[in-house]
Amino acid sequence: MVHDQIREILATHGRLASDVSELDNDSDLYQAGLTSLITVNLLLAIEDHFDVEFPDDLLSRRTFQSIDALADAVTGLVD
Amino acid sequence: MPPVPTAAPPTDFDQLVERVRAIGKEVVLPAASSVDADARFPTEAFDAFKAQGLLSAYVPTDFGGMGLSMTQVCRLCEILGHYCASTAMVFAMHQIQVASIVHHGTNSPFFQSYLRRIVDEQLLLASATTEIGTGGDLTQSRCSIERDGDSFTLEKKAPVISYALHSDAILATARRSPEAESNDQVLVVIETKDTELTEIAGWDTLGFRGTCSLGFVLKSSGSIDQVIPAPFTEVLDQSQHPFAHLTWSSLWLGMATSAVGTARGAVRKKIVEDPDTPPVSALRLSEIDELLFEMRSGLYSTIREYQELLDAGSAADAFSGFGFNIRVNNVKITSSELVVDIVGGALRIVGISGYKNDSKSSLARPLRDAYGAALMVNNDRIRGHNAAMQAVYRHS
Repeated sequence: MVHDQIREILATHGRLASDVSELDNDSDLYQAGLTSLITVNLLLAIEDHFDVEFPDDLLSRRTFQSIDALADAVTGLVD
Repeated sequence: MPPVPTAAPPTDFDQLVERVRAIGKEVVLPAASSVDADARFPTEAFDAFKAQGLLSAYVPTDFGGMGLSMTQVCRLCEILGHYCASTAMVFAMHQIQVASIVHHGTNSPFFQSYLRRIVDEQLLLASATTEIGTGGDLTQSRCSIERDGDSFTLEKKAPVISYALHSDAILATARRSPEAESNDQVLVVIETKDTELTEIAGWDTLGFRGTCSLGFVLKSSGSIDQVIPAPFTEVLDQSQHPFAHLTWSSLWLGMATSAVGTARGAVRKKIVEDPDTPPVSALRLSEIDELLFEMRSGLYSTIREYQELLDAGSAADAFSGFGFNIRVNNVKITSSELVVDIVGGALRIVGISGYKNDSKSSLARPLRDAYGAALMVNNDRIRGHNAAMQAVYRHS
């Protein structure tokens, strides 16, 4: 469920080179074309959508590495 | 990450500092004017560095290097900044490349022996990370490694490769393969002797003239072992980005400290000449020393933070945190702007003899050099990155 919503947000804000539907949940988003500047747009959209705030210690490359990683981060914040 | 060099024993390092200062005074400074005037490579300085083994300063002792820490390398850059900014910049850029191999190559037998070669042959390493057509963004490549069995070829249009023609090897970024996305990059160590360099841009600049940062089309080939195993993003986050900004800021600090020293000399002269009238320039001196204090404090605290991350053997991700990156960027932005303010302020204190090219207290070359600091990786590009991160990072 969280994964699907993240996929939708990625499709809108991720500006990836590949189609989001072709990515696996553990595909490397950076290798799919995610840039550090886009990361911030993505993060703001996720924070807005799930009504969460990412704490500073989650603001690193690993959090944005894959759909799974983003879902883990969001799930941890929603619970 | 593999163990990084830990600090050399203090007494040894103090002695080394004295040797580097002596080279600065006796070799680097006397050549600085002609390096600048002719925009030529500081050959005599690098001959002296090689004789002391300084090109392997950051290579761990296990491989025969000096095993200096990052903090100590920054200190050497700061010292050299007193004498010739171009020489210090080439020294710093070389150490950044060495650090990239030390931090990310030591698991590979090829790079283990390559590190020994750096020590034995005192190899000078240059860098080709920017590329025409990527708008100065280091995290994008157009060119790619073209693999054929165990060998590769690479062709890259590089707007700038500092001291390429004087280097033994060039560390170039490229896409991992012709199919890879533009940000799926690797760093490859190519031998300059195996590389055809066709000049496409000269280097007749206001300052930093001795870095010889011409542009080239680079055509090279080699063995696939020469590709650093880690993805370039990791090398950039963990090594090149912090190491570059901190070593560069260190040499700018050296330039600024030297200019304040020149200004202090002028103030002392005035006081001796007319002991009854406190010179206005003494207040001005105090003002630029405040800026120097600000510059040094920001730099040293961030050097400490990076050294702690390295010493803790932190995983790659620890270096990609927004907070650390904002602080490293802040050091670069503030240092590169303060160096102009400080050297310019020193010029106002010293007066016309600082403005002359041929006087003992000339500040002309350092002032011209200082203006380059904000442009090499343009501060507004760096601010743009910080600006994006500021929107989500809460405790800067």
